[in-house]
Amino acid sequence: MLAADGTPLKTSLARALRRQKIRALALIAPLLLFVVITFIIPIATMLFRSVENQIVSNTMPEATLALQNWDESSDQTPEEPLFQALYFDLFKAAEAKEHTKLGTRLNYEQTGTSSLFRTTGRKLDDVGEEWQDPIEDIAPALKDGETWFALMSGRGDNTLLEARRSLWNDMVPDAFNGDVGLTLSDEVAGMLPLTAAAYSDWAIFEALEEGRDIAKRDPWEAVYVGLGLDLRNADTVAAIDSYSGPHAQDLKLLTAQLDQLPDLMFRDAFADLDEDWLDPEVWQTIKIYSPDYTSGYFLNAVDMEIGSDGAQMRPDNQQIYIKLFVRTLWMSLVITASCIVLGYPVAWLLANLPLRSANVLMILVLLPFWTSLLVRTSAWKVLLQQQGVINEILVWLGFVDDANRLILMNNATGTVIAMTHILLPFMILPLYSVMKTIPPTYLRAAKSLGATNWTAFWRVYFPQSVPGIGAGSILVFILAIGYYITPEIVGGTSGVFISNRIAYHISSSLNWGLAAALGSILLAVVLLLYWLYDRIVGIDNVKLGG
Amino acid sequence: MSALSTTLTRPALLTFTMPIVAVLGACFGFVTGNIFGQPWIGFLVGAVIGAALTFVLAQVPQISRWKATWGTSAAFGAAGLVFGGAGGLVGGTVVGLCLGWFAAWIGSGQYRAGVPIYYTAGQTLWHNAFLFIAGLVFFFLVAPLVPVMWLSFNADDFFTFTPEMLAFKAEGYSLKHYRNFFSGGGEPVKGLLFGSVIGAALGAALQLLPDAERSFGKIIVLAIIGALIGVVVGKMWGLAGAEWMTPLKNSLIIAPFATLISVSLGTLAAIGLSQSHVPFRQWIMAIMISPMIVPLIISATGMFFFYAPLGNWLEANLGLSQSFVGYVKVILAHAVLGVPFVIITVTATLVGFDNSLTRAAANMGANPVTTFFRVQMPLILPGVISGGLFAFITSFDEVVVVLFVGSAQQQTLPWQMFTGLREQISPTILAAATILVTISILLLTTVELLRRRSERLRGLSPG
Repeated sequence: MLAADGTPLKTSLARALRRQKIRALALIAPLLLFVVITFIIPIATMLFRSVENQIVSNTMPEATLALQNWDESSDQTPEEPLFQALYFDLFKAAEAKEHTKLGTRLNYEQTGTSSLFRTTGRKLDDVGEEWQDPIEDIAPALKDGETWFALMSGRGDNTLLEARRSLWNDMVPDAFNGDVGLTLSDEVAGMLPLTAAAYSDWAIFEALEEGRDIAKRDPWEAVYVGLGLDLRNADTVAAIDSYSGPHAQDLKLLTAQLDQLPDLMFRDAFADLDEDWLDPEVWQTIKIYSPDYTSGYFLNAVDMEIGSDGAQMRPDNQQIYIKLFVRTLWMSLVITASCIVLGYPVAWLLANLPLRSANVLMILVLLPFWTSLLVRTSAWKVLLQQQGVINEILVWLGFVDDANRLILMNNATGTVIAMTHILLPFMILPLYSVMKTIPPTYLRAAKSLGATNWTAFWRVYFPQSVPGIGAGSILVFILAIGYYITPEIVGGTSGVFISNRIAYHISSSLNWGLAAALGSILLAVVLLLYWLYDRIVGIDNVKLGG
Repeated sequence: MSALSTTLTRPALLTFTMPIVAVLGACFGFVTGNIFGQPWIGFLVGAVIGAALTFVLAQVPQISRWKATWGTSAAFGAAGLVFGGAGGLVGGTVVGLCLGWFAAWIGSGQYRAGVPIYYTAGQTLWHNAFLFIAGLVFFFLVAPLVPVMWLSFNADDFFTFTPEMLAFKAEGYSLKHYRNFFSGGGEPVKGLLFGSVIGAALGAALQLLPDAERSFGKIIVLAIIGALIGVVVGKMWGLAGAEWMTPLKNSLIIAPFATLISVSLGTLAAIGLSQSHVPFRQWIMAIMISPMIVPLIISATGMFFFYAPLGNWLEANLGLSQSFVGYVKVILAHAVLGVPFVIITVTATLVGFDNSLTRAAANMGANPVTTFFRVQMPLILPGVISGGLFAFITSFDEVVVVLFVGSAQQQTLPWQMFTGLREQISPTILAAATILVTISILLLTTVELLRRRSERLRGLSPG
């Protein structure tokens, strides 16, 4: 069979269908892209924060690496190499003021870590001076930044510098891009590895963060520490003896007087700074949270923690989230139930009155629906507070003693009352649209067959209105479970929801990972309910305000 | 109804009407007596008054129910005035209104008007009790807004009623919170003049279009609309730092733009979705509805992490000013939130759309664009407008997202109310609330009128 233009009808139809599909998709595409880019992707990346944990390995890359060799079940303080790596990592972090962020992060898991990092960062310079002073005494030329620049510069391909730059960029929020103005000598870098690494770190920070000329500035203490540590190595000493580059004589001065350099151990230095560094528990926490991805936030969100032997419940006095989730679910259920109880008679009345009077009464339902949420919340604040309208009337009527007014606000009662009022239209409207479709003749038929009023209602009418109850309940429940504004204003402390806790972690405690984990759980519950709603009602059947 | 009510019989006075009204009277008496610490004396007195009132009303069956009700109310109000001053007047009037209406309603047999003639006493009682319960729920829905409006005229800076307010003394009331709300801002009068002139000019220009209907009314309507917009724009012109007018201005900047974006994109997408063959329809729908389903706090958090770096990037690389970028961020965020409402309402309108109309238009030589604007758009316009109103109200009423995405420069009216409710409580919030309620009543009326128009156009209902 051929179409008018001579092609087979089948091909022609398929082409028409394809064209229609493309046209439909072209109409949908702009909005779909808009929603996906500005809504779906941001939420997905936000939720990703709940497992993301790169801060430990980014801030302390070398210590994290050294920590792999430490056995956390041994109850032994780690060895010297780890403390040495910790010194260089923390020194950088303290200069860039990133160590406090790491301290805050680890403080979520073990209290006291935040102050440990802060005090250590403050006093870290003292450790470096143990080396800087004797080195400068022996070789006064090394006091001078220009000497250092001449010493470290030379021929090379800067692989070390770029490697150090990428470590920096993992740590700091704004990447260090641009020319450092230094070509690291490969010969010196091979001879003095720790010095060259520390000098590169300093050069990158000094040139790109502070914007200064590295050829004229004195390097920071960690560079002297690096040199001191390099000099402990016999190979380095031998290499310096045969070295003839710029300022070789200054290095030879140092190798001649090696006994003047301190034999300080970092383990002891850190113990001096803060006793807690010798505590294996601190190291266990750091090691547990050193991988790039963690289940720690999710465990925290359900009141668990990772102990030395796997996940375990937190101590009773620290368990809040399960209680909060249960309260959120329970209060949402109570609100949903009150909405059913209050909404059912109204919806029945609206569905069974003549259209004109029903439309007039419908305005009474829609008026609060259209009124600003904050207006209704402030209305409940006016009504419920201790000096509020309800209490005043009860006191005036003599039912409540002036001294013990009812506490209706800043607790769960306030939240339930206000939110029932706010969400009631969302129950009435779906109920109404379902009840509208139930023919009144069914009830009359049941009664004429001898059913009592109650039987007729319960056996005939009610089962037909169940879809409406289901639709309304899920809608109200979904909305209630994620509410923030109303509980925040009338809920006090005992009437708040999980949303309020999420907002607290986002804006006050800045524990974004935990907020994201709590949010993920909440979102999972809501999506499950949404899926149910779609199965029961169909998302196409949502009606808004008649 | 009227045919039925003529056949209503008056129930027995002594055995039915008097005891029932006496019970209600006793209840009122109990409450009133409780004010003076003598509930049971009040109970007895109330019962006697109720019975007596019924007896009196039964002697004059010819006067109408409403006259009886208001007469009783006036009498009780006067008695209350004598015994309890202004408060007594109000209390007495209310009690009299209830009792008088109830007595007349029971006494005339009107209580059976709504039920079939064969209903038993129990069934009638249940029917009326049910109506009473539904009435209470309606009361619960609407009544909380009343004290807000009342208190917004408070002369004191409190959230509570003062004795002067309750005694209805003039010094207890003032408009100062409204003055506070409207303080600051530019030249509404100039704006009014400009706006009305521009509106009228636009109306006149429309008349000159080749196929326009000639009507003088349109010019006037456009002039009035122009004047209204002009007053608002004039008031907002050159505004800075006013406590309430600046947030209002921000809301009035953000909401219309957000609505415009969600309506234009949403309408197109809804038309696309309503075609017969759309691949992954269910999934696309789910994605587009998701801003309504995902709890606001989660949306706000996600947007916070998305828009903060985006804003910094725009400022650094395109050289845009910080406040402009701030508005763009909030507008885009609000536009996404409004999308589901537009999709839902427009899709619902399109369900009843007859596709042969577009085919007919195409058949007569109209190109798709003309077909859309001249055939499809006028028919789905009510749905588009009510979707737009939903999107507008969503943006206008939104706090959580703007708290997270916006900066202090984008503080909107709900934000200001929210911080006000949380921190410093000023009754200006109540003035703002009253104004918002008024606006929502106006919007509600608009939607209701549009709905009727839409149904009339689609022939769904006679009204």
